[in-house]
Amino acid sequence: MTRKKDHLLMIGFVLAVALGPLIMIPIGGGYPDLLQKFAIFGIFAIGFNILFGLTGYLSFGHAAFLGVGSYTAVWAFKLLTMNVIPALILATLFGGLFALVIGFIVLRRSGIYFSILTLAFAQMSYNLAYSVLTPITNGETGLQLSQNDLRVIDGLFGVERGEALPSTSLFGLSMYGWSGYYFCGVMLIVMFYISLRIYRSPFGMMLRAVKSNQNRMAYTGLNTRPYTLAAFVISGMYAGLAGGLMAITDPLAGAERMQWTASGEVVLMTILGGTGTLLGPVIGAGVIKYFENIFSSFNDSILMNAFSFLPDFLQHAVVTVTGLFVGDGWQLTLGVLFMVIVIFLPGGLMEGFSRLGKLVKRYRNPGPAPGGEPDAPVSER
Amino acid sequence: MDAFILQILNGLDKGAAYALIALGLTLVFGTLGVVNFAHGALFMLGAFCAVGLKALLTLEKITLDPNQLTAWGTPMEIRTPYIESWLGDFGHTLIDYSVPASILIAIPIMLAVGVLMERGLIRHFYKRLHAEQILVTFGLAIVVQEIVKAQFGANPIPQPAPDVVGGSADIGLLLGFAENAIVYPWWRIVYLLFAGVVIAAVFAFLQFTTFGMVVRAGMADRETVGLLGIDIDRRFTIVFGIAAVVAGLAGVMYTPILSPDYHMGMEFLVLSFVVVVVGGMGSLGGAVAAGFLLGVLQSFASMNEVKSLLPGIDQIVIYLIAVVVLLVRPRGLMGRKGVMED
Repeated sequence: MTRKKDHLLMIGFVLAVALGPLIMIPIGGGYPDLLQKFAIFGIFAIGFNILFGLTGYLSFGHAAFLGVGSYTAVWAFKLLTMNVIPALILATLFGGLFALVIGFIVLRRSGIYFSILTLAFAQMSYNLAYSVLTPITNGETGLQLSQNDLRVIDGLFGVERGEALPSTSLFGLSMYGWSGYYFCGVMLIVMFYISLRIYRSPFGMMLRAVKSNQNRMAYTGLNTRPYTLAAFVISGMYAGLAGGLMAITDPLAGAERMQWTASGEVVLMTILGGTGTLLGPVIGAGVIKYFENIFSSFNDSILMNAFSFLPDFLQHAVVTVTGLFVGDGWQLTLGVLFMVIVIFLPGGLMEGFSRLGKLVKRYRNPGPAPGGEPDAPVSER
Repeated sequence: MDAFILQILNGLDKGAAYALIALGLTLVFGTLGVVNFAHGALFMLGAFCAVGLKALLTLEKITLDPNQLTAWGTPMEIRTPYIESWLGDFGHTLIDYSVPASILIAIPIMLAVGVLMERGLIRHFYKRLHAEQILVTFGLAIVVQEIVKAQFGANPIPQPAPDVVGGSADIGLLLGFAENAIVYPWWRIVYLLFAGVVIAAVFAFLQFTTFGMVVRAGMADRETVGLLGIDIDRRFTIVFGIAAVVAGLAGVMYTPILSPDYHMGMEFLVLSFVVVVVGGMGSLGGAVAAGFLLGVLQSFASMNEVKSLLPGIDQIVIYLIAVVVLLVRPRGLMGRKGVMED
């Protein structure tokens, strides 16, 4: 039964990614740059969810792995080749390695201490990337490509060095525009599938057991550390991959990707979509990136047009109030959204959907209602 | 030696701010068991109380003086703050002292904000997961920040200290060093004293009043206090208000040291959390001690001698110490057993 459902889920997911442009065009999001962002942050959030959703460890420093992935990928472009494959492999690897080192230390503690420790490590990486590590990270300017880069492998295969800056490619296929989106989309599908397998595996079960009661797991004589560490490293690899993909779409890595606000963003995406659900993080990432793009591009004159049906004095009042929430103030919308979701819908949008589904079902076949059936808690939490 | 003392002094004022914020954070943990990520926003709100008062006081009346002409031949504008034209010299003094005067308005404002926040939002999160508490207060912090940004803009707004304490003190001379060996701004001395007074007041309030006694009893065993017929929730709400006031006052007085902008709170919050964890979750004394300690250590790490030895250490020293402390002494320096250990 589950297996059949999973196949359906995968097919639906593949279709959604493939038809992404068609779905997004009517709501003004049908261009590759934005869709690419959906895919990349989707991967990031899926990885974060493997840690937070399954084990319950709330990391506030995940952006550090994203940053490491980005830097690694740009260095791979500089030193090896403009082909994206080595860059991605290295980015994933380094993200994982970095997570292994940090996870080894921070997983000694749990709860809020774990959050603070991850935050501390991420802030350290960020501060160091800005100051001492400038030879590697190029400090405030950010790491960029240049014409005189080494590019050993490209040199071996005798790739022409043009006058312009080289661009990233997959064996000659450019990584800008639609081909770039579909490349990221394929990665998203693969990563989604992997997370699905993890969810259904005994390993995923173990992680969920850690979340529900770690002490009891320890009493049964099981050492939980290797499992949590594995989850931490896997989610670090996801983040590294996402960072690498970011570098592919725009070969420039800056330290601000590692700042704790970026870590907060991925937490938000996961919560908004639904912690511990399979699809939730992807949806959350999409919604937030969409709002960021759309809301921050609004301005007062667009609002004036939108509310032109109102009487004059009302129009001005409404525009003044809503104007706070768009443009530069879209973060305000984000904050409000955040609070509303946590307060009223702690299970995220996925819980909202399943509640809606239940309502519809109850409405369709009212039947003999079994004496005020209490709302069953959402299963996959 | 003189450089040594100077670094200690430099660290103390930042440490005082950390200590004040961490004190409030710990109070909220200890009483309500809530992890408040919006505490930095309260610090920032306090700072903007000072900005707001200053802006109010310096509202200007513009008159045109036809006798004096500008370079373009138009009558010159004479700008006088209303308050000066109404109250004369006293008005002038009031503007000069706008930062300390803001304390008077900051206390009621912050108390109201704190109580409102607790009753309106935090109350519903007593029993929820820590992760959810963190997230909802984080969202609240963003909202508060953005509202302040919409009102006051994104740029830092400098707030001068009163003229009397605007200069610097030559402390070295007092201690018998050469002239100008240890120069320290007067305002920072004021800030240190102020922080000391506030911290002492909070401790005295908890230690020597009946209200404080009930609160301490509630921190130890909330249920029993409730069973004795005391409305402990109301007391805790007021404690939250007090924590907000402490953070707000820290913000008000810090404005001459650091020009306030809308995201100053977040920067301090992250560090203050580290301070709380280092000091020991739930220990008020630990929070204060760790605040000063980390402030001083940070200041030492930014000395040139240390930096040349360990490049970049000034950027990471606080986090590094937090990592070491948490791994060696899991409960922090002065942590109590059983706090936040689930």
